[in-house]
Amino acid sequence: MTLTPPSGTPSVGAPQPVIELERVTKVYRTGSISVAALRGVSLSIDQGEYVAVIGPSGSGKSTLMHILGCLDVPTSGRYHLAGEDVSHMSETALAEVRNRRIGFVFQQFNLLASMSAWQNVELPLSYAGVPRAERKERALEALGRVGLAGRVHHRPGELSGGQQQRVAVARALVTEPDLILADEPTGNLDSVSAADVLRLMGELHETGRTLLLITHDVEVASAAGRVIGIRDGLLTEDDHRFAESLR
Amino acid sequence: MSWLETFRTGVYGVLSHRLRSFLTVLGILIGIAGVIIAVGLGEGASSQVTSEINALGSNVLTVTPGSSTSSTGIRGALGSASTLTTADASALSSHVDAPDVQAVAPITSDTEVLTAGSETATTSVQGTTPDWLSIRGRTLAEGRFIDNQDVKDHGAVAVLGATTASELFTRGDPVGQTVDVNGIPVTVVGVLTSTGASSASSTTTSDPDDVMIIPISTGAERIFGGTSRNSVSSIAVQARSSADLTGAYQEADHLLLELHGITNPTDADFTITSEQSLIAANTSVDHTLTILLGGIAAISLIVGGIGVMNIMLVSVTERIREIGLRKALGATPRVIRRQFLVEASVLGFIGGIVGVLGGLLGVAYLPGLIGDPISTSPTAAVGALAIALAIGVLFGVYPASRAAAMAPIDALRND
Repeated sequence: MTLTPPSGTPSVGAPQPVIELERVTKVYRTGSISVAALRGVSLSIDQGEYVAVIGPSGSGKSTLMHILGCLDVPTSGRYHLAGEDVSHMSETALAEVRNRRIGFVFQQFNLLASMSAWQNVELPLSYAGVPRAERKERALEALGRVGLAGRVHHRPGELSGGQQQRVAVARALVTEPDLILADEPTGNLDSVSAADVLRLMGELHETGRTLLLITHDVEVASAAGRVIGIRDGLLTEDDHRFAESLR
Repeated sequence: MSWLETFRTGVYGVLSHRLRSFLTVLGILIGIAGVIIAVGLGEGASSQVTSEINALGSNVLTVTPGSSTSSTGIRGALGSASTLTTADASALSSHVDAPDVQAVAPITSDTEVLTAGSETATTSVQGTTPDWLSIRGRTLAEGRFIDNQDVKDHGAVAVLGATTASELFTRGDPVGQTVDVNGIPVTVVGVLTSTGASSASSTTTSDPDDVMIIPISTGAERIFGGTSRNSVSSIAVQARSSADLTGAYQEADHLLLELHGITNPTDADFTITSEQSLIAANTSVDHTLTILLGGIAAISLIVGGIGVMNIMLVSVTERIREIGLRKALGATPRVIRRQFLVEASVLGFIGGIVGVLGGLLGVAYLPGLIGDPISTSPTAAVGALAIALAIGVLFGVYPASRAAAMAPIDALRND
């Protein structure tokens, strides 16, 4: 068994890896053609880290994000998420892992248009089987944390892009996940809103959250403490100085 | 995720696409309302016919001549030979030989041209005895019926049906007037109450309101031609009650066979029919009608169900992003499948409820417009509702499985 501390409690001293990838490959087969999107990626991310994965389109960063987010399984290699091997799980088991351990923030916000902000935020809690009253309470609290306490009854259409993305961040937070996975979170935002969302991510990092940000934008990546480059399915750079050099 | 939670999500799905949901529901609604009205129409027609026949007298047997199969195996056509006589009728009225028989009315009939002043009418003239009135369950609108004295005296008197009376005497009271039949003047002594059965909807071949009733003796001696003055066209036999009908049938059959000297019942030169056999025949016709109408409505219901499936499939394709998002947030394939199943069932159920209401409204108000009675059938209503729900589930399974099987990355990739 693993010796992972309870999730959500950043241990002082020796931080435990939240993510451990070992020689992970992903090959897509379309008929007789095979495309290797990931060609052996090993990566370890500790609890409380703020990591950006940067790469051009076609580099394999979306595939990496899908595997890290348990939306897809690797062709070979091993993936431990918070000490749990998720490399060969069934779709149902993966759904539970996603619900419990990962909070997603997408480029297109992906809010349900006919639900109010708090209903969108409580959605992952309803899949976790949390009782209604507690769900609402936690959803309102999460919206408060992203500065939208006054807009809980607004529908996505009544909110600005930046506000919508903050609702999405609140939804990612509300389950207290081990990992928050943001895929181009500023891609659809103007520079003011983008800076706003990045500031929010920075605040979350300061409260001890583990964040992984996927982007093609150097400026966005520079917000993270650690930057990992990816190209042609392989990690190119992975160090803190790389992050510094981007600043 | 609990069923209640899933149900809430399903209702949310239905309500967030109102127009589409409404159109889907419409398909089911029409089918269900159609089933209820069609079944109601069939049952309504059936009960109307039954009550009409009941009005004729459900405990009445009719003996007609014919159906004689000679020893050589040649069967005489129905009514071809006048093998029934007034003597048969008097024998049947014996309380000793036929204790289950209450009343007997021999009937002779022919179609004659009646003349009253400048008006003429071609009418069925029936010669009979006073018991005819009670056996046929008829009443008089005015005047009196023929009595035993008229029969004894070969009296030149007649009672007219309502239609005949109004045709011959457009003005004034028919009672006391004279009508010419075959050159014989007869005096109208009474008019029968209208049965209300129009000739179009009547199950009997002749209009019961277009008749002229005369004493049987008058018919035989003075009006109808023919060789045998004792032969009759039919004999109406009334049993004491519906329960005694079988007894009366057996007694009449036995008595007539004996009187006619026939030993083998298959050689009988007469036929006894009951109104109940008419009812049975009509009921089976109406039953077929109900099945036919119900079948057509059921087909429209299936079409409605295919509509549900179609819309659900479109819905699954259109909501790929939503499905992908829900999966990313932790919805298992089972939860997604349930959500879409519940949505389809909700559509079916709403369609069913509104359809039943629409059907019941139709049952309540349509008879006023089309003039035919429609029965309310609780079985059809409950059954249709169950079918609507079943259709929602049945036709929702495939789209729901498609949604459940969708890979989350494919669903999310759709930009």
